[in-house]
Amino acid sequence: MTENVNPSPSVSRLPKLTYRVWAVWRRNFDVFMKKWHVNFLPSLIEPILYLLAFGFGLGTFVTQIEGVSYIQWIAPGLVAITVMYGGFFECTYASFVRMYYQRTFDAIIATPINVEEVIAGELLWGATRATFNSAIVLAVVAVFGLISTPWFLLMLPVAFFGGLLFAALGMCFTALAPNIDFFNYPTFLLITPMFLISNTFIPLASFPSPLQIIAVAALPLTHVTDLSRVLIVGKIETLGGLSPEWLLFLAVFWIAIVTVLLFALSIYLMKRKLIK
Amino acid sequence: MIYCFSPVTEGELTVAGMNVSTHSRDIKRMVGVAPQEDNLDPDFTVIKNLQVYARYFDIPKAEAAKRAIELLKFFQLEEKQTKAIDELSTGMKRRLIIARALINQPQILLLDEPTTGLDPQGRHMVWDEIRSLLKQEVTIILTTHYMDEAAALCDRVFIVDNGKVIETGVPQKLIKEHVGEDVLEVPFNEVILNALKKELPEADIEIFGDQIRVFVNRHGVFERIIKKFPGVNMTIRNANLEDVFLKLTGRKLRE
Repeated sequence: MTENVNPSPSVSRLPKLTYRVWAVWRRNFDVFMKKWHVNFLPSLIEPILYLLAFGFGLGTFVTQIEGVSYIQWIAPGLVAITVMYGGFFECTYASFVRMYYQRTFDAIIATPINVEEVIAGELLWGATRATFNSAIVLAVVAVFGLISTPWFLLMLPVAFFGGLLFAALGMCFTALAPNIDFFNYPTFLLITPMFLISNTFIPLASFPSPLQIIAVAALPLTHVTDLSRVLIVGKIETLGGLSPEWLLFLAVFWIAIVTVLLFALSIYLMKRKLIK
Repeated sequence: MIYCFSPVTEGELTVAGMNVSTHSRDIKRMVGVAPQEDNLDPDFTVIKNLQVYARYFDIPKAEAAKRAIELLKFFQLEEKQTKAIDELSTGMKRRLIIARALINQPQILLLDEPTTGLDPQGRHMVWDEIRSLLKQEVTIILTTHYMDEAAALCDRVFIVDNGKVIETGVPQKLIKEHVGEDVLEVPFNEVILNALKKELPEADIEIFGDQIRVFVNRHGVFERIIKKFPGVNMTIRNANLEDVFLKLTGRKLRE
């Protein structure tokens, strides 16, 4: 045979993705739809609780931020946090259960679908989950009368790509996790701090400047929150000498680049973990 | 490796003339895999497991539904089609895994220890189904630790020890070649052992724990021996594949 023989499924090869990723996505979608009413419940209840507690409760002390009421100011933050939770938790705990406990990945890999496609399908599903959840939160925010511009609809594609970023971030940890308890580390050392300092409930400008720099340079949630705020409230404040336009440009660029990098990295790490 | 999951570490592996390194998708399309571990999808019902699996092979929905029903009928799981995976017995799960491996109408079916952990009824049910499959046009590669299973189902066996094929052939022929026809089993006793050695100088005598086993390649040898040792508990049985396996691989416990 003259055929060129490659060293077989090598880990470093670029991912080969085909339409088959959708079969993996569809599997997760079907499971989700079986119990959609339970799955939508957290996204429905959580923002209501936050809006009531922080918006009305804390809002009586904090009257205005950048010309909007506190409840209006945190509403986009809630949407952004939903994007983060949706993508991250779907591709950590949920993916880990499918991979390790249910051996679903092994079963799929024995079909014409390859490892890369399984992981890509999982990531796209994580992004979808983030989008579904944010759609619910957006609806709640709308019912509270906290949406000021029609641009808020653009929050759905932002949720998808932001969700993809967090899904890929989660999947990297799934590839490194020796067991399911390991996820406590990224959850409490990364996700919870982000939840608090990424311009969500407290204006970033009120933190010391090193923290501000970290938030803008390294924390994805800051950028998702900025986009969410401009699309829902219609404006964001300047930060560290960056004009709102620059902040938005930075947010889109940052999310795009980091999503691509994490997407490739998570597939690489998962292949290394799964192919033995 | 055959179903393109583990990379080939050395040499070249082809399945139906296709190299696993370059044609993994084409190979996986024509291979059915029934793993030893239960990796059925617990999030779906019995029939949905087959339908979702069919989707991974791009089998159109109507065709998938038809094949799913046919397979459930064949494996006598039709009544369980709307049940959750958790509600199935181990034997049913095993049969469903084999059914799932057939959803793409494979030319090669890989069965990895299909009856390990099953009760005798479950085991025979799986055997019967494998026998019916053998009549169809599918090549079955079965791995097992049970030598009676290999002897009962396989046209050709490969005995693998420490990753190397040490013998291959038709089960009955291997038995004749390596251990002969009959085996005499006697509780261990020094006096009887020496007497047997004297009586049957051509026989192969081995000690298995507290038992003496005598292997001969002719029928009708042992009747004479039994008469000679009245009162000693002796059993004559046919030689089997397990004798071959133990003879070839030794008695040392292996993992």
